[in-house]
Amino acid sequence: MTPSDYEYLRKYLKDSSGLDLSSDKQYLIESRLLPVSRKAGLPGISELVQKMKGGSASITTQVVEAMTTNETFFFRDKVPFEHFRNSVIPEILAARASRRSIRIWCAAGSTGQEPYSLAMSLKEMGAALAGWRIEILATDLSVEVIEKSKAGIYSQFEVQRGLPIQMLVKYFKQIGELWQINADIRAMIAHRQLNLLHDFSQLGTFDVIFCRNVLIYFDQDTKVDIFRRLAKASEPDGFLALGAAETVVGLTDVYKPYPERRGLYRPSGFQAASTTTAGGAFAPKLAAIAGR
Amino acid sequence: MRTCLVVDDSSVVRKVARRILEGLDFQIVEAEDGEKALEICKRELPEAILLDWNMPVMDGYEFLGNLRRMPGGDQPKVVFCTTENGIDHITRALHAGANEYIMKPFDKDIVAAKFQEVGLLQPAPQE
Repeated sequence: MTPSDYEYLRKYLKDSSGLDLSSDKQYLIESRLLPVSRKAGLPGISELVQKMKGGSASITTQVVEAMTTNETFFFRDKVPFEHFRNSVIPEILAARASRRSIRIWCAAGSTGQEPYSLAMSLKEMGAALAGWRIEILATDLSVEVIEKSKAGIYSQFEVQRGLPIQMLVKYFKQIGELWQINADIRAMIAHRQLNLLHDFSQLGTFDVIFCRNVLIYFDQDTKVDIFRRLAKASEPDGFLALGAAETVVGLTDVYKPYPERRGLYRPSGFQAASTTTAGGAFAPKLAAIAGR
Repeated sequence: MRTCLVVDDSSVVRKVARRILEGLDFQIVEAEDGEKALEICKRELPEAILLDWNMPVMDGYEFLGNLRRMPGGDQPKVVFCTTENGIDHITRALHAGANEYIMKPFDKDIVAAKFQEVGLLQPAPQE
Protein backbone atom coordinates (compact mmCIF):
# COMPACT_ATOMS: atom_id res chain seq x y z
CA MET A 1 0.00 0.00 0.00
CA THR A 2 1.53 3.31 -1.07
CA PRO A 3 1.14 6.54 0.93
CA SER A 4 -1.19 7.85 -1.78
CA ASP A 5 -3.36 4.67 -1.51
CA TYR A 6 -3.56 5.30 2.21
CA GLU A 7 -4.53 8.94 1.74
CA TYR A 8 -7.17 7.97 -0.80
CA LEU A 9 -8.73 5.39 1.56
CA ARG A 10 -8.53 7.77 4.47
CA LYS A 11 -10.32 10.54 2.60
CA TYR A 12 -12.85 8.18 1.05
CA LEU A 13 -13.77 6.61 4.39
CA LYS A 14 -13.99 9.99 6.06
CA ASP A 15 -16.35 11.34 3.39
CA SER A 16 -18.52 8.26 3.02
CA SER A 17 -18.81 6.94 6.57
CA GLY A 18 -17.26 9.57 8.80
CA LEU A 19 -14.58 7.08 9.86
CA ASP A 20 -11.67 9.24 10.93
CA LEU A 21 -8.39 7.31 10.61
CA SER A 22 -5.30 8.95 11.97
CA SER A 23 -2.13 8.79 9.86
CA ASP A 24 -0.82 5.65 11.59
CA LYS A 25 -3.60 3.15 10.96
CA GLN A 26 -1.92 1.25 8.11
CA TYR A 27 -2.04 -1.98 10.09
CA LEU A 28 -5.78 -1.60 10.61
CA ILE A 29 -6.38 -1.05 6.90
CA GLU A 30 -4.20 -4.02 6.01
CA SER A 31 -5.81 -6.39 8.49
CA ARG A 32 -9.32 -5.42 7.41
CA LEU A 33 -8.79 -5.00 3.66
CA LEU A 34 -6.39 -7.78 2.70
CA PRO A 35 -9.24 -10.32 3.14
CA VAL A 36 -11.42 -8.13 0.89
CA SER A 37 -8.81 -8.00 -1.85
CA ARG A 38 -8.19 -11.74 -1.53
CA LYS A 39 -11.92 -12.40 -1.83
CA ALA A 40 -12.04 -10.25 -4.96
CA GLY A 41 -9.08 -12.13 -6.45
CA LEU A 42 -6.81 -9.10 -6.29
CA PRO A 43 -3.15 -9.28 -5.24
CA GLY A 44 -3.20 -6.37 -2.78
CA ILE A 45 -4.63 -3.15 -1.43
CA SER A 46 -3.25 -0.97 -4.23
CA GLU A 47 -5.29 -2.97 -6.73
CA LEU A 48 -8.32 -2.61 -4.45
CA VAL A 49 -7.87 1.16 -4.51
CA GLN A 50 -7.60 1.07 -8.32
CA LYS A 51 -10.98 -0.71 -8.47
CA MET A 52 -12.50 1.90 -6.17
CA LYS A 53 -11.13 4.71 -8.32
CA GLY A 54 -12.50 2.90 -11.36
CA GLY A 55 -15.95 3.15 -9.82
CA SER A 56 -16.58 -0.45 -8.65
CA ALA A 57 -19.56 -0.06 -6.35
CA SER A 58 -19.39 -3.61 -4.98
CA ILE A 59 -15.70 -3.30 -4.05
CA THR A 60 -16.31 0.10 -2.51
CA THR A 61 -19.18 -1.21 -0.39
CA GLN A 62 -17.07 -4.14 0.81
CA VAL A 63 -14.23 -1.80 1.74
CA VAL A 64 -16.47 0.51 3.77
CA GLU A 65 -18.14 -2.43 5.50
CA ALA A 66 -14.85 -4.12 6.35
CA MET A 67 -13.43 -0.91 7.80
CA THR A 68 -16.47 0.03 9.87
CA THR A 69 -17.40 -3.37 11.28
CA ASN A 70 -16.40 -3.57 14.90
CA GLU A 71 -16.00 -6.30 17.41
CA THR A 72 -18.96 -6.80 19.67
CA PHE A 73 -20.22 -9.38 22.12
CA PHE A 74 -23.21 -10.11 24.29
CA PHE A 75 -23.60 -7.84 27.33
CA ARG A 76 -20.41 -6.06 26.30
CA ASP A 77 -18.89 -4.20 29.29
CA LYS A 78 -21.72 -5.48 31.58
CA VAL A 79 -22.18 -2.12 33.36
CA PRO A 80 -24.42 -0.45 30.73
CA PHE A 81 -26.78 -3.42 30.94
CA GLU A 82 -26.85 -3.21 34.74
CA HIS A 83 -27.77 0.48 34.42
CA PHE A 84 -30.43 -0.50 31.88
CA ARG A 85 -32.00 -3.06 34.26
CA ASN A 86 -31.57 -1.18 37.52
CA SER A 87 -31.98 2.50 36.59
CA VAL A 88 -33.29 3.07 33.08
CA ILE A 89 -36.16 0.59 32.92
CA PRO A 90 -37.47 1.23 36.47
CA GLU A 91 -37.54 4.99 35.76
CA ILE A 92 -39.30 4.46 32.43
CA LEU A 93 -41.83 2.10 34.03
CA ALA A 94 -42.75 4.92 36.39
CA ALA A 95 -42.66 7.73 33.82
CA ARG A 96 -44.61 5.85 31.11
CA ALA A 97 -47.12 4.10 33.36
CA SER A 98 -50.08 5.53 31.45
CA ARG A 99 -48.68 5.20 27.93
CA ARG A 100 -47.15 1.77 28.57
CA SER A 101 -44.74 1.86 25.67
CA ILE A 102 -40.96 1.94 25.37
CA ARG A 103 -38.93 2.82 22.27
CA ILE A 104 -35.28 1.80 22.24
CA TRP A 105 -32.73 2.50 19.54
CA CYS A 106 -29.39 0.72 19.12
CA ALA A 107 -27.70 3.23 16.84
CA ALA A 108 -24.71 0.98 16.15
CA GLY A 109 -26.49 -2.35 16.45
CA SER A 110 -23.73 -4.19 14.60
CA THR A 111 -24.24 -7.97 14.40
CA GLY A 112 -27.05 -7.96 16.95
CA GLN A 113 -25.37 -8.80 20.24
CA GLU A 114 -26.32 -5.47 21.81
CA PRO A 115 -30.00 -5.28 20.75
CA TYR A 116 -30.46 -8.96 21.62
CA SER A 117 -28.82 -8.42 25.03
CA LEU A 118 -31.34 -5.63 25.69
CA ALA A 119 -34.20 -7.83 24.45
CA MET A 120 -33.13 -10.70 26.75
CA SER A 121 -32.81 -8.28 29.67
CA LEU A 122 -36.38 -7.12 29.08
CA LYS A 123 -37.58 -10.72 28.74
CA GLU A 124 -35.99 -11.50 32.12
CA MET A 125 -38.09 -8.76 33.74
CA GLY A 126 -41.17 -10.75 32.80
CA ALA A 127 -44.34 -9.67 34.55
CA ALA A 128 -43.23 -6.07 35.20
CA LEU A 129 -43.46 -5.41 31.46
CA ALA A 130 -46.59 -7.44 30.70
CA GLY A 131 -48.94 -5.42 28.51
CA TRP A 132 -46.22 -2.93 27.50
CA ARG A 133 -45.47 -2.21 23.87
CA ILE A 134 -41.72 -2.53 23.40
CA GLU A 135 -39.96 -1.46 20.25
CA ILE A 136 -36.26 -2.03 19.71
CA LEU A 137 -34.77 -0.58 16.55
CA ALA A 138 -31.30 -1.75 15.53
CA THR A 139 -29.52 0.25 12.86
CA ASP A 140 -26.09 -0.06 11.33
CA LEU A 141 -24.14 1.35 8.44
CA SER A 142 -23.39 -2.07 7.02
CA VAL A 143 -26.00 -4.12 5.18
CA GLU A 144 -23.98 -7.30 5.66
CA VAL A 145 -23.87 -6.76 9.41
CA ILE A 146 -27.63 -6.13 9.55
CA GLU A 147 -28.29 -9.39 7.73
CA LYS A 148 -26.23 -11.25 10.30
CA SER A 149 -28.11 -9.50 13.09
CA LYS A 150 -31.48 -10.41 11.58
CA ALA A 151 -30.49 -14.07 11.30
CA GLY A 152 -29.36 -14.09 14.92
CA ILE A 153 -26.95 -16.96 14.28
CA TYR A 154 -23.68 -17.00 16.20
CA SER A 155 -20.60 -19.18 16.41
CA GLN A 156 -19.70 -21.15 19.51
CA PHE A 157 -16.95 -18.61 20.12
CA GLU A 158 -19.36 -15.67 19.93
CA VAL A 159 -21.88 -17.12 22.39
CA GLN A 160 -19.17 -17.81 24.96
CA ARG A 161 -18.11 -14.22 25.54
CA GLY A 162 -20.43 -12.26 27.80
CA LEU A 163 -23.44 -14.53 27.62
CA PRO A 164 -24.19 -16.49 30.81
CA ILE A 165 -24.69 -20.20 30.05
CA GLN A 166 -28.20 -20.13 31.57
CA MET A 167 -29.20 -17.52 28.99
CA LEU A 168 -27.70 -19.56 26.17
CA VAL A 169 -29.80 -22.54 27.21
CA LYS A 170 -32.91 -20.41 27.70
CA TYR A 171 -32.85 -18.17 24.63
CA PHE A 172 -30.92 -20.06 21.93
CA LYS A 173 -31.40 -23.08 19.75
CA GLN A 174 -28.45 -25.18 18.69
CA ILE A 175 -27.98 -25.69 14.94
CA GLY A 176 -25.00 -27.99 14.48
CA GLU A 177 -21.96 -25.99 15.55
CA LEU A 178 -23.92 -22.73 15.59
CA TRP A 179 -26.44 -21.13 17.91
CA GLN A 180 -29.51 -19.17 16.83
CA ILE A 181 -31.37 -16.83 19.13
CA ASN A 182 -35.03 -17.83 19.50
CA ALA A 183 -37.69 -16.45 17.16
CA ASP A 184 -39.59 -14.61 19.90
CA ILE A 185 -36.46 -12.62 20.79
CA ARG A 186 -35.66 -11.97 17.12
CA ALA A 187 -39.20 -10.67 16.65
CA MET A 188 -38.54 -7.97 19.28
CA ILE A 189 -36.00 -6.22 17.02
CA ALA A 190 -36.67 -4.13 13.91
CA HIS A 191 -33.66 -3.64 11.64
CA ARG A 192 -32.75 -0.79 9.36
CA GLN A 193 -29.69 0.35 7.44
CA LEU A 194 -28.64 3.81 8.57
CA ASN A 195 -25.67 6.12 8.31
CA LEU A 196 -25.37 8.30 11.41
CA LEU A 197 -23.88 11.06 9.26
CA HIS A 198 -27.20 11.42 7.49
CA ASP A 199 -30.47 12.82 8.78
CA PHE A 200 -32.29 10.36 11.06
CA SER A 201 -35.12 12.59 12.24
CA GLN A 202 -37.61 10.34 10.40
CA LEU A 203 -37.04 7.65 13.07
CA GLY A 204 -39.05 9.64 15.60
CA THR A 205 -38.15 9.90 19.27
CA PHE A 206 -36.82 7.29 21.67
CA ASP A 207 -36.86 6.66 25.40
CA VAL A 208 -33.47 4.95 25.30
CA ILE A 209 -30.62 5.29 22.81
CA PHE A 210 -27.60 2.99 22.91
CA CYS A 211 -24.85 4.49 20.77
CA ARG A 212 -21.75 2.68 21.90
CA ASN A 213 -18.27 2.36 20.47
CA VAL A 214 -19.03 4.10 17.21
CA LEU A 215 -18.47 7.80 17.95
CA ILE A 216 -14.83 7.11 18.84
CA TYR A 217 -14.20 6.80 15.11
CA PHE A 218 -15.55 10.26 14.28
CA ASP A 219 -13.80 13.62 14.50
CA GLN A 220 -14.87 16.23 17.01
CA ASP A 221 -17.22 18.29 14.79
CA THR A 222 -18.99 15.15 13.60
CA LYS A 223 -19.40 13.93 17.19
CA VAL A 224 -20.90 17.25 18.25
CA ASP A 225 -23.31 17.18 15.31
CA ILE A 226 -24.40 13.60 16.05
CA PHE A 227 -24.93 14.36 19.76
CA ARG A 228 -27.09 17.33 18.80
CA ARG A 229 -29.24 15.17 16.50
CA LEU A 230 -29.38 12.29 19.01
CA ALA A 231 -30.70 14.73 21.62
CA LYS A 232 -33.44 15.73 19.18
CA ALA A 233 -34.30 12.06 18.67
CA SER A 234 -34.53 11.59 22.44
CA GLU A 235 -37.60 12.04 24.63
CA PRO A 236 -36.96 14.96 27.01
CA ASP A 237 -36.65 12.43 29.87
CA GLY A 238 -34.85 9.84 27.77
CA PHE A 239 -31.49 8.10 28.24
CA LEU A 240 -28.31 7.83 26.19
CA ALA A 241 -25.75 5.07 26.75
CA LEU A 242 -22.26 5.57 25.35
CA GLY A 243 -19.25 3.26 25.15
CA ALA A 244 -16.67 3.03 27.91
CA ALA A 245 -14.20 5.26 26.06
CA GLU A 246 -16.77 7.87 25.02
CA THR A 247 -18.28 10.93 26.69
CA VAL A 248 -20.17 14.15 25.95
CA VAL A 249 -18.11 16.02 28.52
CA GLY A 250 -16.09 18.80 26.90
CA LEU A 251 -17.87 18.32 23.56
CA THR A 252 -21.47 19.39 23.97
CA ASP A 253 -23.99 20.48 26.57
CA VAL A 254 -27.04 18.89 24.92
CA TYR A 255 -26.51 15.87 27.18
CA LYS A 256 -25.27 15.67 30.74
CA PRO A 257 -23.93 12.66 32.66
CA TYR A 258 -26.32 10.74 34.88
CA PRO A 259 -24.67 10.99 38.30
CA GLU A 260 -22.97 7.81 39.47
CA ARG A 261 -23.96 5.85 36.36
CA ARG A 262 -20.88 5.78 34.22
CA GLY A 263 -21.62 5.88 30.49
CA LEU A 264 -25.24 6.99 30.98
CA TYR A 265 -26.49 10.45 29.95
CA ARG A 266 -29.73 12.42 29.86
CA PRO A 267 -30.84 15.37 27.74
CA SER A 268 -29.81 18.64 29.39
CA GLY A 269 -33.33 20.00 29.69
CA PHE A 270 -34.29 17.13 31.96
CA GLN A 271 -34.68 17.73 35.69
CA ALA A 272 -35.32 14.85 38.03
CA ALA A 273 -38.76 15.26 39.62
CA SER A 274 -38.87 17.74 42.54
CA THR A 275 -35.12 17.83 43.08
CA THR A 276 -32.58 20.45 42.16
CA THR A 277 -29.77 18.05 41.38
CA ALA A 278 -30.68 15.47 38.76
CA GLY A 279 -30.60 11.72 39.34
CA GLY A 280 -29.03 10.02 42.36
CA ALA A 281 -31.07 12.45 44.41
CA PHE A 282 -33.63 9.94 45.53
CA ALA A 283 -31.49 8.24 48.14
CA PRO A 284 -30.71 11.38 50.19
CA LYS A 285 -34.35 12.36 49.96
CA LEU A 286 -35.46 9.02 51.38
CA ALA A 287 -32.87 9.35 54.11
CA ALA A 288 -34.40 12.74 54.95
CA ILE A 289 -37.86 11.23 55.16
CA ALA A 290 -36.52 8.49 57.41
CA GLY A 291 -35.66 11.21 59.90
CA ARG A 292 -31.96 11.75 59.31
CA MET B 1 -4.13 -16.37 46.41
CA ARG B 2 -7.19 -18.35 45.37
CA THR B 3 -6.92 -21.91 44.16
CA CYS B 4 -8.34 -23.46 41.02
CA LEU B 5 -8.41 -27.22 40.58
CA VAL B 6 -7.94 -28.18 36.94
CA VAL B 7 -9.40 -31.62 36.18
CA ASP B 8 -8.62 -33.03 32.74
CA ASP B 9 -7.10 -36.29 31.51
CA SER B 10 -5.10 -34.44 28.85
CA SER B 11 -1.82 -33.09 30.20
CA VAL B 12 -1.74 -30.63 27.29
CA VAL B 13 -5.12 -29.16 28.23
CA ARG B 14 -4.07 -28.98 31.89
CA LYS B 15 -0.92 -27.12 30.88
CA VAL B 16 -2.83 -24.62 28.71
CA ALA B 17 -5.43 -24.09 31.44
CA ARG B 18 -2.70 -23.65 34.04
CA ARG B 19 -1.00 -20.96 31.98
CA ILE B 20 -4.28 -19.07 31.46
CA LEU B 21 -5.42 -19.32 35.08
CA GLU B 22 -2.04 -18.44 36.56
CA GLY B 23 -2.25 -15.33 34.37
CA LEU B 24 -5.55 -14.59 36.12
CA ASP B 25 -3.87 -14.91 39.54
CA PHE B 26 -5.02 -18.38 40.53
CA GLN B 27 -2.87 -20.99 42.21
CA ILE B 28 -3.30 -24.26 40.30
CA VAL B 29 -3.81 -27.82 41.48
CA GLU B 30 -4.16 -30.51 38.82
CA ALA B 31 -6.00 -33.84 38.70
CA GLU B 32 -6.23 -36.29 35.78
CA ASP B 33 -9.59 -37.82 36.65
CA GLY B 34 -12.64 -37.30 38.85
CA GLU B 35 -11.51 -39.70 41.57
CA LYS B 36 -8.17 -37.93 42.09
CA ALA B 37 -10.00 -34.60 42.02
CA LEU B 38 -12.36 -35.82 44.74
CA GLU B 39 -9.43 -36.87 46.95
CA ILE B 40 -7.95 -33.39 46.58
CA CYS B 41 -11.31 -31.81 47.48
CA LYS B 42 -11.59 -33.99 50.59
CA ARG B 43 -8.28 -32.58 51.84
CA GLU B 44 -9.06 -28.97 50.93
CA LEU B 45 -11.81 -27.38 48.86
CA PRO B 46 -10.62 -25.03 46.12
CA GLU B 47 -12.47 -21.81 45.24
CA ALA B 48 -12.79 -22.82 41.58
CA ILE B 49 -12.84 -26.04 39.57
CA LEU B 50 -12.30 -26.23 35.81
CA LEU B 51 -13.78 -29.60 34.92
CA ASP B 52 -13.55 -31.86 31.87
CA TRP B 53 -16.44 -34.25 31.20
CA ASN B 54 -14.97 -37.40 29.62
CA MET B 55 -12.20 -38.93 31.72
CA PRO B 56 -11.20 -42.47 32.73
CA VAL B 57 -11.93 -43.85 36.24
CA MET B 58 -14.49 -41.17 37.16
CA ASP B 59 -15.90 -38.67 34.69
CA GLY B 60 -16.60 -35.00 35.40
CA TYR B 61 -20.34 -35.44 35.72
CA GLU B 62 -20.02 -38.11 38.39
CA PHE B 63 -17.36 -36.06 40.16
CA LEU B 64 -19.67 -33.05 40.28
CA GLY B 65 -22.47 -35.10 41.88
CA ASN B 66 -20.07 -36.39 44.54
CA LEU B 67 -18.62 -32.94 45.17
CA ARG B 68 -22.00 -31.30 45.66
CA ARG B 69 -22.96 -33.99 48.24
CA MET B 70 -19.79 -33.37 50.29
CA PRO B 71 -19.90 -31.13 53.37
CA GLY B 72 -19.11 -27.65 52.00
CA GLY B 73 -19.17 -29.08 48.50
CA ASP B 74 -21.66 -26.48 47.37
CA GLN B 75 -19.00 -23.77 47.79
CA PRO B 76 -16.56 -24.21 44.88
CA LYS B 77 -17.56 -22.58 41.60
CA VAL B 78 -17.52 -25.33 38.99
CA VAL B 79 -16.94 -24.45 35.34
CA PHE B 80 -17.23 -27.36 32.94
CA CYS B 81 -14.72 -27.28 30.08
CA THR B 82 -15.47 -29.99 27.59
CA THR B 83 -15.92 -31.04 23.97
CA GLU B 84 -19.43 -32.19 24.89
CA ASN B 85 -21.03 -29.21 23.19
CA GLY B 86 -24.63 -30.38 22.95
CA ILE B 87 -27.42 -28.56 24.71
CA ASP B 88 -28.48 -31.82 26.41
CA HIS B 89 -25.09 -32.10 28.11
CA ILE B 90 -25.14 -28.43 29.11
CA THR B 91 -28.60 -28.82 30.64
CA ARG B 92 -27.58 -31.95 32.56
CA ALA B 93 -24.48 -30.20 33.89
CA LEU B 94 -26.47 -27.19 35.10
CA HIS B 95 -29.00 -29.46 36.81
CA ALA B 96 -26.15 -31.29 38.54
CA GLY B 97 -24.89 -27.99 39.96
CA ALA B 98 -22.38 -26.64 37.46
CA ASN B 99 -22.05 -22.84 37.60
CA GLU B 100 -20.80 -22.26 34.07
CA TYR B 101 -19.94 -24.21 30.95
CA ILE B 102 -17.13 -23.78 28.45
CA MET B 103 -17.36 -25.53 25.10
CA LYS B 104 -13.93 -26.49 23.81
CA PRO B 105 -11.92 -25.17 22.08
CA PHE B 106 -11.37 -22.38 24.56
CA ASP B 107 -9.00 -19.45 24.93
CA LYS B 108 -8.05 -16.94 27.60
CA ASP B 109 -10.91 -14.57 26.72
CA ILE B 110 -13.51 -17.28 27.17
CA VAL B 111 -12.07 -18.51 30.48
CA ALA B 112 -11.87 -14.93 31.78
CA ALA B 113 -15.44 -14.20 30.61
CA LYS B 114 -16.84 -17.33 32.27
CA PHE B 115 -14.92 -16.75 35.51
CA GLN B 116 -16.38 -13.25 35.55
CA GLU B 117 -19.88 -14.66 35.09
CA VAL B 118 -19.61 -16.67 38.28
CA GLY B 119 -17.97 -13.86 40.24
CA LEU B 120 -14.48 -15.38 40.43
CA LEU B 121 -13.03 -12.40 38.57
CA GLN B 122 -13.81 -8.73 38.39
CA PRO B 123 -14.56 -7.42 34.88
CA ALA B 124 -11.41 -6.19 33.18
CA PRO B 125 -10.93 -2.43 33.15
CA GLN B 126 -12.25 -0.95 29.92
CA GLU B 127 -9.97 0.01 27.08
